[in-house]
Amino acid sequence: MTTATKPAQGASPPRARGDVRGARRLFVIRELGIALALVLLVAVTTISNSRFLSAQSRKDLMLGATILVVLAVGQTIVVITRNVDLSVGSVLGLSAFATGKLFLAMPDAPIVLAILAGVGLGVLCGAVNGALIAIARVPALVVTLGTLYVFRGLDYSWAAGQQINAADMPSGFKRMGTAVVLGVPVLALFAVAVLLIAGFYLRSYRSGREMYAIGSDPDAARLSGIPVGWRVFTAMTVSGALAGLAGVLYAARFGTLDAAAGTSIELNVVAAVVVGGVAIFGGSGSVYGAALGAVLLSTMGAALPVLRIDPFWQQAVVGSLILAAIGLDRALTARIARRLRGRRARGA
Amino acid sequence: MPEQTTNDTPVLTLAGARKSFGAVHALLDGRLELRAGEVHGLVGENGAGKSTLVKVLAGVHAPDEGVLALGGQPTVLGGPAGARAAGIAVIYQEPTLFPDLSVTENIFMGRQPLRGLRRIDTAAMRRRTRELFAQLGVQIDPDRPARGLSIADQQLVEIAKALSFDARVLVMDEPTAALSGVEVERLFAVVRSLRESGAAILFISHRFDEVFALCDRVTVMRDGRWVSTDPVAELTVGQVVRRMVGREVSQLYPRQDTQVGDAVLRVRGLTRAGVFDAVSFEVRAGEIVALAGLVGAGRSEVVRAVFGVDRYDSGEVLVDGQRLPRGRLAAAMAAGVALVPEDRRQQGLVMELPIERNVTLTRRWSLSRLGLLGPRVEREDAHRWTRLLQVKVGHLSDPVSTLSGGNQQKVVLAKWLSTNPKVLIVDEPTRGIDVGTKAEVHRLMSQLAGEGVAVLMVSSELPEVLGMADRVLVMHEGRLVEEIARDAADEESVMLAATGQAGRS
Amino acid sequence: MVRKRLGTWDVLVVAVLALVVVASSVLVDGFATSRFWGFLLLDVIPIALIALPMTLVIITGEIDLSVASVLGLSSAVMGQLWLSGTPLPLILPLVVLLGVACGAVNGLFVTGFGLPSLAVTIGTLALYRGLSYVVLGDRAVADFPFSWTGTFIEPLPGTTVPWVALVVLGLAVVFGVVLHATPIGRALFAMGNNDQAATFSGISVAKTKFWLFVVTGAVASLAGFFWTMRYASARADNGAGLELAVVAAVLLGGVSIFGGRGTLGGVLAGVLLLITLRNALQLADVPADTLTVVTGTLLIISVVGPNAASMLRDRLRRRRPA
Repeated sequence: MTTATKPAQGASPPRARGDVRGARRLFVIRELGIALALVLLVAVTTISNSRFLSAQSRKDLMLGATILVVLAVGQTIVVITRNVDLSVGSVLGLSAFATGKLFLAMPDAPIVLAILAGVGLGVLCGAVNGALIAIARVPALVVTLGTLYVFRGLDYSWAAGQQINAADMPSGFKRMGTAVVLGVPVLALFAVAVLLIAGFYLRSYRSGREMYAIGSDPDAARLSGIPVGWRVFTAMTVSGALAGLAGVLYAARFGTLDAAAGTSIELNVVAAVVVGGVAIFGGSGSVYGAALGAVLLSTMGAALPVLRIDPFWQQAVVGSLILAAIGLDRALTARIARRLRGRRARGA
Repeated sequence: MPEQTTNDTPVLTLAGARKSFGAVHALLDGRLELRAGEVHGLVGENGAGKSTLVKVLAGVHAPDEGVLALGGQPTVLGGPAGARAAGIAVIYQEPTLFPDLSVTENIFMGRQPLRGLRRIDTAAMRRRTRELFAQLGVQIDPDRPARGLSIADQQLVEIAKALSFDARVLVMDEPTAALSGVEVERLFAVVRSLRESGAAILFISHRFDEVFALCDRVTVMRDGRWVSTDPVAELTVGQVVRRMVGREVSQLYPRQDTQVGDAVLRVRGLTRAGVFDAVSFEVRAGEIVALAGLVGAGRSEVVRAVFGVDRYDSGEVLVDGQRLPRGRLAAAMAAGVALVPEDRRQQGLVMELPIERNVTLTRRWSLSRLGLLGPRVEREDAHRWTRLLQVKVGHLSDPVSTLSGGNQQKVVLAKWLSTNPKVLIVDEPTRGIDVGTKAEVHRLMSQLAGEGVAVLMVSSELPEVLGMADRVLVMHEGRLVEEIARDAADEESVMLAATGQAGRS
Repeated sequence: MVRKRLGTWDVLVVAVLALVVVASSVLVDGFATSRFWGFLLLDVIPIALIALPMTLVIITGEIDLSVASVLGLSSAVMGQLWLSGTPLPLILPLVVLLGVACGAVNGLFVTGFGLPSLAVTIGTLALYRGLSYVVLGDRAVADFPFSWTGTFIEPLPGTTVPWVALVVLGLAVVFGVVLHATPIGRALFAMGNNDQAATFSGISVAKTKFWLFVVTGAVASLAGFFWTMRYASARADNGAGLELAVVAAVLLGGVSIFGGRGTLGGVLAGVLLLITLRNALQLADVPADTLTVVTGTLLIISVVGPNAASMLRDRLRRRRPA
């Protein structure tokens, strides 16, 4: 138990404790649960094969989680507002390919430019989603299902079968994909930064809290004068931007690029978010939980072969985890609601 | 106290406010004058335009005509945020809080105190919440989520929200409707202290005892128009009722005497933990029995359990001596029970579907031949029933939402009367419908009873209860506390029983 | 009046479909050949088949994203059963039973535990696809006898219309009648618009939805059987991503994603439009990627279109003096 609680405290920000404690209790329980599952998974796998936690393997685990965490953070912001973004995989693909193209055209382009280009492209895609949802009042599920096709199609027609090889990439960019600082891959540092900034924003800024309010009760949000359309637009744009960033990270990590990058990753992202305790109908959950969910999913992918479990089981386990997570959330919510009602009955 | 403030400029005045929704004129001549340091009562029948007036004050509806002035300055609110910025706070009967967020966050949403880098100052926010609750004299954990709060506590959170932005005008739309006696007392104490601090409070209620106990002045509305505004000291309950109704009560309730037969519906010891307890009664053929009581006394819950929408823990429901299976609505329908539910828009009708589909929805199987249901059968049947009940429809294929409230209620009645029920349960049959249709609905109920149907009516409108019922059953806090025969039933006896004071008088 | 107003979108889809057919016949070589249409119909069959129950599910306000995974799982189980020597006539009912079980799991989670169908079926989408990999791995079973696989792509004598297409058409008529001309259909529309009002009218909402999910599972497994026979190959990844095409076709056909609105005829037109456009563009040597863009754009237009139209109507109505 003591080993289990430590990483959880490390992952959730120290200031979160004491902040509106009661409202957050549910999240904390959920985050602890995911952290515990993660620790168990790592422990069991390491016992079965001690090399699972070797330096190289640790690095691989972190790299493996990076892209999913970045996407999950963006998705969390969207889901909290009672929307969903299924187009993230296509935006990632588009941005990854754009990064490759950029370096083909300008081999001396600074890395910062590549990142800005990827994020900018993502912002554009996200803004298209957001505008359709906020202005045309179309459900996010349908809009992003559509743009999932559109963005991927644009990606394919742009690539026209072309594959960009790692050899074509400038070495500085490839180094970023493999570099390690204090045992942590540089790419993973991007994910950590994104996570901390998003977590800080959602907790400490008015507009961040309004995201929760919108997801909790959109009509009440409108009644209390929150600019609902604008906030949802912002959430979709942020999700697009992070998907764009994830595309650049993908390019840096794999080097070899074609138009298929990130295909059907959107379901893993939604899975990570749901497993991480973000309510699919908005209003509650945290980016930290979603990030833990993403780490759990990617670690499981790496652990199954080590545990000599047929890797074909992986997807089935992901599916079961989603079902277990939403079932657990329902049970927890019901229990807490009962307890809160009970408290009132005694108080009256 | 009121004398001091009488000469001041009113905090808020509304003059000649009009608001129509399509063909429905919800507000024809809304007038209001609120002064600092007064509790101002607003009374009127359902459909008199009170709610529309409240929504105009809340900035939800922009009036089609009329002038709203704050402190003497004509103002256009331009939305809920504008109303709040102008210092108007509205507390609805069922508050709209964010269930997932903490009480503190609910109070300060969008206006959180900030510290460096425009971050939310959580500590200050919680401190202020504590102060607000202390000021109101209530004990609610500032950190708990709003989900699971009782309605009374939710209202207190809303009041705290109003205090937090120093609202000059506090509008309370039937705040006591769902509160227990203790909770009402607590609310009144809060309202009185707000008055002391100089706020103007608009208090809307159906309960005259509350209006007379709390308010300084009372405005009466009828049929969307202002009728009168007077100091409460110069009014009697009788005067107010006459102004509200505007006609003799007896005209409205064309109750004919009927032959009462055997008991058709028997309810024995019906219990659902925490909702209603050991409720037993019977309704005989040809009889109209009213189930009276305050909102929240468990009346709707009882009839829903009888009809099989909700489950119950123990007890039994018998129709013609046959026991109905628990929680099986289809069985209740087959046994000849019909329920016209309380919430027309959410429970009674599928608003987006055509009128004809709504009328025939309960009989989709019996109208079908070989399992097939054609549009012509539906239309002919719907035509017959809408004509029978004199529903004013353009086209039967129009969505039922295009009808006025009264005609919608007639469609609900058609939907259930067409099932040829032995037991007709009506929950608030005339809520929110115009006076003319009201009388029609009442006539219809009388006629049905005359034809031998057992009618059970839940109603919060005393005149309706007294005018229509052969017997009055009164519920209080989940229990059936009193049965009053028609001759013995008057406003006082029913109200006393409903407020749980029957034994004491 | 209402029927006409709600119908405008399906009429538009049919009109666009006709336009596409006429334009393609003139502009695209080989489009107006019976051979092309034979292949096109074979492509239509799986999507059209699954779109039938999906229409009903979406009209009740739910969604089932696991259909393509049920198709894949059915295919994988078929392959495994065939490897273990089970005869095909026995495999067919077993696979349908599997579909029923998959649908029942969805239905149980949605109606029994009261969980949102979107989340549940994203979960079972991963679960069922995962199980199909567990069953068959990345192998392909392709040694089904030609007497079976050939049969399923056989056209009706004297035509190029596959006989299976007629079966699907027959099923479409059944689903259309159920949806539009039976008490069950009336109940589906009612609960799609308002669960509570439907309950108060004596409709068993949970039970109906449960059985809808079961039917959807069964039909998806039938589609899996057909898919395996048509391509003479049982693979775990058969039909991956098909759920999006099905949902796109249903919405394109004018079914409201919020439930309570739509027609089966519109959905059939939507399916045909989607596939015709795709195959015609393919035939015209338009790269496959453009097709994806077209699919997505059509989907977006199909929801933005009616919304924008109704918003415009509201605005006009409001401007008109009362």
